[in-house]
Amino acid sequence: MNLNLQDVGRTFDGREVVRNVSFTAESGEIIGLLGTSGCGKSTILRAISGLDDAYDGRIEINGNVSRKVEDTTGFIFQEPRLMPWLTVLENVTFGLKGSRDQKEAAGKRYLESVGLGGSEALYPRALSGGMAQRVAIARALVTSPEILLLDEPFSALDAFTKMQLQDLLMEIWREYRTTIILVTHDIDEATYLCDRIITLRGQPGEMDRVIPIEQERPRERGSRQLAEYKKEILGSLDLNQSTQYEQRINS
Amino acid sequence: MMEKSAGRFVGRQVADESSTGGKREQRDTKRLQAILLGSLLPVLLVAVWEVLSRTGVFPAYQLPAPSTILSTIREMAQDGSLYSHVGITTFRVFAGFIIGTLLAIVLGSIVGFYEKAEQIFDPMIQAFRSIPSLAWVPLFILWMGIGEPSKVTMIAVGVFFPVYLNVVSGIAGVDRKLIEVGKMYGLNTFQLIRRVILPASMPSFLTGLRSGLGLGWMFVVAAELMGASTGLGYLLVLGQNTLSPEIIIASIILFAIIGKLTDWILKIVEQRALHWQDGMVKS
Repeated sequence: MNLNLQDVGRTFDGREVVRNVSFTAESGEIIGLLGTSGCGKSTILRAISGLDDAYDGRIEINGNVSRKVEDTTGFIFQEPRLMPWLTVLENVTFGLKGSRDQKEAAGKRYLESVGLGGSEALYPRALSGGMAQRVAIARALVTSPEILLLDEPFSALDAFTKMQLQDLLMEIWREYRTTIILVTHDIDEATYLCDRIITLRGQPGEMDRVIPIEQERPRERGSRQLAEYKKEILGSLDLNQSTQYEQRINS
Repeated sequence: MMEKSAGRFVGRQVADESSTGGKREQRDTKRLQAILLGSLLPVLLVAVWEVLSRTGVFPAYQLPAPSTILSTIREMAQDGSLYSHVGITTFRVFAGFIIGTLLAIVLGSIVGFYEKAEQIFDPMIQAFRSIPSLAWVPLFILWMGIGEPSKVTMIAVGVFFPVYLNVVSGIAGVDRKLIEVGKMYGLNTFQLIRRVILPASMPSFLTGLRSGLGLGWMFVVAAELMGASTGLGYLLVLGQNTLSPEIIIASIILFAIIGKLTDWILKIVEQRALHWQDGMVKS
């Protein structure tokens, strides 16, 4: 499953938010879109998902252009967005089709894999933030998406829960080899998870750099190599004149 | 490592549940205490009223003793007239409530879902709402006579507005983010309505039902005062014309009891339907 963006941009009411974003994600690749707020990274993600169809440019999934929501993409939002009137299990199976037994069996399996076996009958009000986001992850996975889109999925969680869920995401990726597009503003998260990081900057947002992270997995948080990458990314996002000049020379 | 930590979360949940079981007894005594405290004043007032009426401080032709009122109700129960009065009044409220609610659901949904429909219907409905509903009474009687249709229509009008307003605001207030989740799973408009919008607007709808029912009881009094030969409202008029305050007060008490009873039924329905809500535990 590959994903190809060509010159994707988006204008809201005459104001250009993001422009000329082009990249290709190979099957099983994890790509991070990193940038300060307002640079249009979530906008790009919504365009890929099909939730927004008024973008400019081309988005191809396996060579097909579609401006609609496709079964092959899953989306994990910043908030869990669980239906409060459904139990945990019903929330997980929300998007599934098929017989009740099949759905429940699949739902239970995925709840198990996000570490929530036994919580099927709880209602969202009884869940902690981390548990709720695990349910949301299970809900996105249960339809076996080939591309998983994540919009700052862990940014509302405390530091420890965040790390747990990042590891959970890596486990899931190892098992299913899903293509993942991760929007984040957390540089550590991006360097820990991604194969490639694309930085966006400016108003309207434009691609600044593509930084491949050539590190074996599992990676070590806070290692010197990741710190080097972090420095490079900070340099890319820096508004310092001299860095900008340097970048222009480099490119 | 992940599973272990999840297990701990679940463990805490279970622990919470078992500890609430242990506190149940304590909570029951607290509730009993609250009921006793709350009934202290009414019981005292009734006792004082009884004494004052019996000693003739309140003249019996104006305010009969509570025991007299009770025996009036008992007499009516014995000769069976109580049930026919209560029955017909309840039937009128019920019929008006169903008709008003159905209309409100249909119109409210259309206005809630389609912007065009809102622009067409809503200003007119709002204008009608500003007419005090009792002002319709003479017109309805003129059109439909003093039989059941005019009374039921009257009540339906009263029930319609709160239900309609809550249906519209319930639909308008559905979280866009949840709708987006539905869209992400490829739901079409009909499925979105059934699986996201309806359940999400349920709390508002049920609030509307309860205030609609309250208004229904208010309007049945007005409708029956205007001209009826049976019903609790008729008993009010009868009591006034025959100078028997005990019938009036008995009727008022019966209104209070069945009004409260029907509200209680709706409240149970509400709790059943909204058990997933955060705040429902305490109310």
